[in-house]
Amino acid sequence: MKFPLSWLRAHLDTDASLEAITTTLSSIGLEVEGVEDRAAALAAFRIAHVVEAMQHPNADRLRALKVDAGDGRIYSVVCGAPNARAGMKGVLALPGASIPGTGVTLKAGEIRGVRSEAMLLSAREMGLGDDHTGIVDLPEDAPLGESYVTWAGLDDPVIEISVTPNRGDALAVHGVARDLAAAGLGRLKPLPAPRVTPAYASPLRWEIADPRACTWVLGRAIRGLRNGPSPRWLQDWLVAIGQRPINALVDVTNLFTFGLGRPLHVFDVAKVKGTTLTMRMAREGETLAALNGKDYALTAEDGIIADAAGPEALGGIIGGAPTGCDEGTAECFIECAIFDPVRIALSGRRHDIRTDARQRFERGVDGDLPPLALDLATQTMIELCGGEASAVVAAGTQPAWRRSATLRFERLAGLGGAAVPPDEAVAILERLGFGVEARDADRVTVGVPPWRNDVAASGALDQDPTLPPERARAAAEGCAEIEPECDLVEEVLRIRGLDRVPPVSLPVASPVPAPALTPKQARAGLARRVLAARGMLDCVSFGFLEGRVAALFGDTPKALRLDNPIAADLDQMRPTPVASLLLAAGRNAARGWPDAALSELGAAYRDPSPQGQVAVAAGVRTGQTPRHWAEPSRPMDAFDAKGDAMAVLAALGVPVAALQVMADAPGFYHPGRSGVVRQGPKTVLATFGEVHPRILAALDLAGPAVAFEVFLDAVPEPKRRRRGMPDLPAFQPVRRDFAFLVDAGVAADALLRAARGADKALIADVALFDRYAGERLPEGKVSLALQVTLQPREATLTDAQIDGVAERIVAAVAKATGAVLRA
Amino acid sequence: MTDATISPAADDLAALAAEAAAQLAAATDLRALDAVRVGVLGRSGSLTGLLKGLGAVAPEQRRERGAALNRLKAELEAGIEARRAVLEDAALDARLAAERIDVTLPARPHPPAGPDAGTIHPISRTIEELTALFGAMGFAVAEGPDIDTDWHNFGALNIPEHHPARQDHDTFYLPPGPDGRRPVLRTHTSPVQIRTMVTQEPPIRVIVPGRTWRADHDATHSPMFHQVEGLVIDRAITLGHLKGCLIDFLRAFFGIADLPVRFRASYFPFTEPSMEVDIGWNRRTGELGQGSDWLEILGSGMVHPRVLANCGIDPRAWQGFAFGMGIERITMLKHGITDLRPFYESDARWLRHHGADPLAPPSLAEGV
Repeated sequence: MKFPLSWLRAHLDTDASLEAITTTLSSIGLEVEGVEDRAAALAAFRIAHVVEAMQHPNADRLRALKVDAGDGRIYSVVCGAPNARAGMKGVLALPGASIPGTGVTLKAGEIRGVRSEAMLLSAREMGLGDDHTGIVDLPEDAPLGESYVTWAGLDDPVIEISVTPNRGDALAVHGVARDLAAAGLGRLKPLPAPRVTPAYASPLRWEIADPRACTWVLGRAIRGLRNGPSPRWLQDWLVAIGQRPINALVDVTNLFTFGLGRPLHVFDVAKVKGTTLTMRMAREGETLAALNGKDYALTAEDGIIADAAGPEALGGIIGGAPTGCDEGTAECFIECAIFDPVRIALSGRRHDIRTDARQRFERGVDGDLPPLALDLATQTMIELCGGEASAVVAAGTQPAWRRSATLRFERLAGLGGAAVPPDEAVAILERLGFGVEARDADRVTVGVPPWRNDVAASGALDQDPTLPPERARAAAEGCAEIEPECDLVEEVLRIRGLDRVPPVSLPVASPVPAPALTPKQARAGLARRVLAARGMLDCVSFGFLEGRVAALFGDTPKALRLDNPIAADLDQMRPTPVASLLLAAGRNAARGWPDAALSELGAAYRDPSPQGQVAVAAGVRTGQTPRHWAEPSRPMDAFDAKGDAMAVLAALGVPVAALQVMADAPGFYHPGRSGVVRQGPKTVLATFGEVHPRILAALDLAGPAVAFEVFLDAVPEPKRRRRGMPDLPAFQPVRRDFAFLVDAGVAADALLRAARGADKALIADVALFDRYAGERLPEGKVSLALQVTLQPREATLTDAQIDGVAERIVAAVAKATGAVLRA
Repeated sequence: MTDATISPAADDLAALAAEAAAQLAAATDLRALDAVRVGVLGRSGSLTGLLKGLGAVAPEQRRERGAALNRLKAELEAGIEARRAVLEDAALDARLAAERIDVTLPARPHPPAGPDAGTIHPISRTIEELTALFGAMGFAVAEGPDIDTDWHNFGALNIPEHHPARQDHDTFYLPPGPDGRRPVLRTHTSPVQIRTMVTQEPPIRVIVPGRTWRADHDATHSPMFHQVEGLVIDRAITLGHLKGCLIDFLRAFFGIADLPVRFRASYFPFTEPSMEVDIGWNRRTGELGQGSDWLEILGSGMVHPRVLANCGIDPRAWQGFAFGMGIERITMLKHGITDLRPFYESDARWLRHHGADPLAPPSLAEGV
């Protein structure tokens, strides 16, 4: 919403500065988006008179002028403009002035031997247009020495505010002025009392055939008009807010739209077919040729104004071209109606028509203003165009806008945190147009003004359907009681200034508060930290990606495909963050950094339910380990990814030694080089492995690439318990190595488990320290070497005891895996 | 054309096609497939021979036969390629099967890291800082799903279907579920307010950091971004507490003890009274706490009685405040990051530069 300061002053009697006005507007909820002040840059320029114009002695195209600036001095000016001539009036800039169109600061100097002490300006040099064919040529009667911007009416800053959706009343200069007056910035000028005498019966009448189309409408005709351009003040205001002046009748409707927030429409009576204008719903197949030059196919959900020929306006949104007023209009008919905000919003959206009328009706207009607005508009039109008014015709009923609201003064402090004296609060409400209906020491009851559709508004709640009925009813009753009061607290506080509410630090129950994160919530941060400490870069990627890419990584149900993606490559919720990270690795490789280690804590989407959005710690590593003298570079492999996954699980308190690893990982992994980590038979905690070569090819990645996922929600919450006494045996452990020959297909894990289980009391640890497969072994066999640590507790082990355990170990491993001890 | 008019010449094409198809099916490896290709399409292949013989065909039949031969050639080439894809897939699968490793072997003992540690993303870092600071004020962290219902994201928050405020949200929708309603990608973290109030008895004091989504993509808007929401519900929480809480937070977060903070009236459907909050800065240099300009940084207000009632909380007994701010925005301001887009591009160079040390989590003792 834009308005020039002069328009505001037409509604607000104030001596406040522009800065005070804009600061206050922002403070009270009418946020200033900008102030266009054309005057500031042009303030120094004066109207001057060219007294003498001589040919420049040394240049054919230049003239040497003597210019009277009206300040008692005559300036010598060298000027190249073809229209510079003696007797003309122009705009003069003196040394030191900044020229807006060029950004240059003017200095006195000499041009080809002739002194030039000032400059006559073109429109372009003043930043007022493109005209640079000559200097500005002002009329004879332009006052010498006066400020040019003042004379030209440009010293009228245009203020633009953003109006929040609740404040339809502030989409009007009058409403803005009312708020400013309430905030102490002057006095709201009352609307003038109209004096219109009906001279004849209206040639048109209203009919409301369907109340959905309109609930209340007034109208009246004016005959004997001479429509033409509107006066300069009105044109200036409209131009300042970006409207195109059209003709006086139409311009007056805009004056009311923007001035009072009261959209009007004018029909040319001569163009209306028949004598009845009907408010009804459109019929399928009907069309409207609208004032914006477009044709609209109407639907049965559109409320229209129709004459005998069909639709002539989309009520409350846009008028029709065939019945619009033009310079030839001799008799007009003014429409002033109330429309249903929701229907306006839906119709406007359906046809994608954004008009100032729609914007206002959508937010709700003043329910009491139509009779006065109609009279005022009639009066203004007659003032501008002459003619005489008909009687008013109406249909429907005025909306019931009267509502009351009660404020307990205590709530200003109790909710608003500001101990506002009751008199001050009541005065603010009164200045906003609330009328006191009753007041005692504790409370005031006010009537809500008809333009404040947002205060004490009724409207259904949207309660949680699973609430117990008793609780739902109590809450709804409480809301009905509290909401209007809350509205009033807001009005008082915003007008008084929220900066005047004293801040109070939030009281804490304890100076050492309870942890902000539950142990379960803390896991994501811990996982992120563990992975970063392992050299991975924590990433944040979009949760949606291209459907084709997503399909490489798992199911891409239709339920997870966006109805309205912003781009075709961002249309499917990802089945795993691994997809995002591999794409990122590809981008890094393309930048010349093929060795990437990227991780992300984010969701994998399986279905749209809350449970279907799974928290995953994922990572990818691509390329090689770094080259280093102490360690040769090698490609990443599945055991790197397994290390990452296991490190996360260990940090989350999972006893990793007891986990099972199986080779049934999802399809985006290499089928022979990937695993699933399970706790128990069912619970999948993690996956890891090399990325499938087909995925690498599809993503154009060179590889190798490994990845892992840890499913945080599947990790059981670690129990908080004391660690008990440490196990610190008095006797030295004994370590024995065993090398087994086993079928290549046997899982190493099986050997480890069997060995551990051979003597649970004595065996403290089993580690696999060598794996060999090669030509020295029989075909299909591998050698696995274990180090077993035996921890005696009662006495030092004898050789016989050690041999006994060794035999049990060999037997257990043989039984479980078929392995034999290597000779 | 009837069967009777098929020329004898057409029969040899049908026979050739049938034979080639049989050979293709019989080719079980790439070498065999290549032999088939050479046998049919090679320099002395059967089809090549027929093409060469075209010159000898009577001129009136030449056009028709030439077209038939070319059609057959294209068919055979396509057939060979299709078979090649199948065989290559099979070869790859066979290779992968042969490449099987024992994934139960213990993982490598050390991460394959270079000399550089990894880093924590600036957004993750800011969320940790928020958690530490609000945690000190007694807030717990609440979480909720990215994909949520229309009711949680809009209806319960007093944004009915036709409310003009809904148009501002640029919502991403998913296809309708079994109830006929379209789930949304949450446009703010406020639905978690609702989830918290529905499941938890007051008093409530939570922050909700998380991902949010809006269909808007340009230099200063990302379709996915992050917000943190705050919600306090208690018996006697006032707007004064909201102001105090936000001032305390902003000064601690930016590390500027006298950071100017300004409160302006505004409107959000889910709070009343509503406020926008500005901090003082120098627009030219980007320095916070300096200069005479104001920068809008967050929205806030007292929880709207309708929102409480929608969640079954009686607004006569309980009241409180809520606020929401953009995590990227405060992160960019704090660290002087000027471009939003790299946050989501996972450029290792950017992450190393702006990422935080994983071994130094935010600490109140050291100042976040």
